[in-house]
Amino acid sequence: MNQPQTINQSAEEFLKGLWKENPVFVAVLGMCPTLAVTNTAINSLAMGLATTFVLVFSSLLVSSFRKLIPKQVRITAFIIIIATFVTVVDFVLAATVPQIHKELGAFIALIVVNCLILGRQEAFSSKHPVGLALADALGMSIGFTFALLCIGSIREILGSGALFNIPLFGDGFEPWVIMILPPGGFFTLGFLLLFFNWLQQRRAKGVGHRA
Amino acid sequence: MSETRIEEQTLAAQPAPEAEPSSARLIATLGLAGFFSGLILVGVYLFTLPMIQAHRAQALERAIYLVLPGSTTYQALALKDGQLAPAEEVPAAKSGEEPRRIFAGYDDSGKLLGFAIPAEEPGFQDIIGGILGYDPIQKIIIGFEVLDSKETPGLGDKIMKDAAFQNNFKALAVDPQIVAVKKGEKRSPNEVEAITGATISSKAVVRLLQKAIEEWRPAIDAYEKTLNQ
Repeated sequence: MNQPQTINQSAEEFLKGLWKENPVFVAVLGMCPTLAVTNTAINSLAMGLATTFVLVFSSLLVSSFRKLIPKQVRITAFIIIIATFVTVVDFVLAATVPQIHKELGAFIALIVVNCLILGRQEAFSSKHPVGLALADALGMSIGFTFALLCIGSIREILGSGALFNIPLFGDGFEPWVIMILPPGGFFTLGFLLLFFNWLQQRRAKGVGHRA
Repeated sequence: MSETRIEEQTLAAQPAPEAEPSSARLIATLGLAGFFSGLILVGVYLFTLPMIQAHRAQALERAIYLVLPGSTTYQALALKDGQLAPAEEVPAAKSGEEPRRIFAGYDDSGKLLGFAIPAEEPGFQDIIGGILGYDPIQKIIIGFEVLDSKETPGLGDKIMKDAAFQNNFKALAVDPQIVAVKKGEKRSPNEVEAITGATISSKAVVRLLQKAIEEWRPAIDAYEKTLNQ
């Protein structure tokens, strides 16, 4: 494999997470944080970044040690690595942004069981060299953060009439409180899934053989 | 399944170098992973602990100054043989638990403004934690802040965000007792106007205040007397 091909492949692994294999809109992975902490844009962003940190570093480590970790104990080893980074994130958020840490609450610790992260280790990082694993992890993380931010922004705009705590409408706006309650998460995700599936279907029809 | 394979492997004791790894190697891998994970966690914990504690102390301090308007210094107090004493002089309980503390707030001239009392009460979703400012001379509550709440966003969390509700605690009489009434029906100084749509959370706040006052009032009154002597 020559140099340009490697770069192409890295770019491909990176890009697939953003759109074609978006963890939320296409793979529908990691639904727990996707539904639970997307009631405001800032919470969504914080959760996305925390997940990004965990996924990128776990993938780096898993990929680096992939030849040393015996197959029989790989899942346990992955979980140890993931849990370590999650706990680090938990401490660091509590020390630097206590307000956001309080709002995200137990969902920080629950990143450990986000199947997106373990899924990437098992399906990708444990089988590919570090560079590709990094590209894949970054792509997936950004795709995940983007999806969370979409849901969070829609819910905050409709449910509180604000975005990133900045009021958007005048006093005349009556917030749709349901949007920041749990059902609002399901509604928003449902409509977004509908929209993205429609987009992809239209695209597939348009370019037929390429898809 | 893999366990059975390992067992068979061990029994067969094949010396081939590419064979499946021995149990010892599996244990060593996980042991090493756990060891390094532990090292990292201890390091990060030790590094972040002072910052986390500073944030907590800061949040508490801010709340004390908020519920005792005008206060600039405070002293932590705890119960010692039923009497209030400076918290540093009160030994920790045998169980190792920190004694529960209240805070006396003073203004610049050293005048006692009142007492900040942290308290907890089950709300609609989870325990609501708050802190109230109590003026023992006028026997009124002069401030209240929610420190911890998981009440429903948009409804129950108005106990933290609703200005009208917060106004209930500017001068709330504690005698004969604090009661919750519907919005717009406040007639006497001991009544709290509940939030429409958040009755349970509002009533929880009232219970929290009432219980805190009942619990600490005798000790505060006794302490107040000794100060005036």
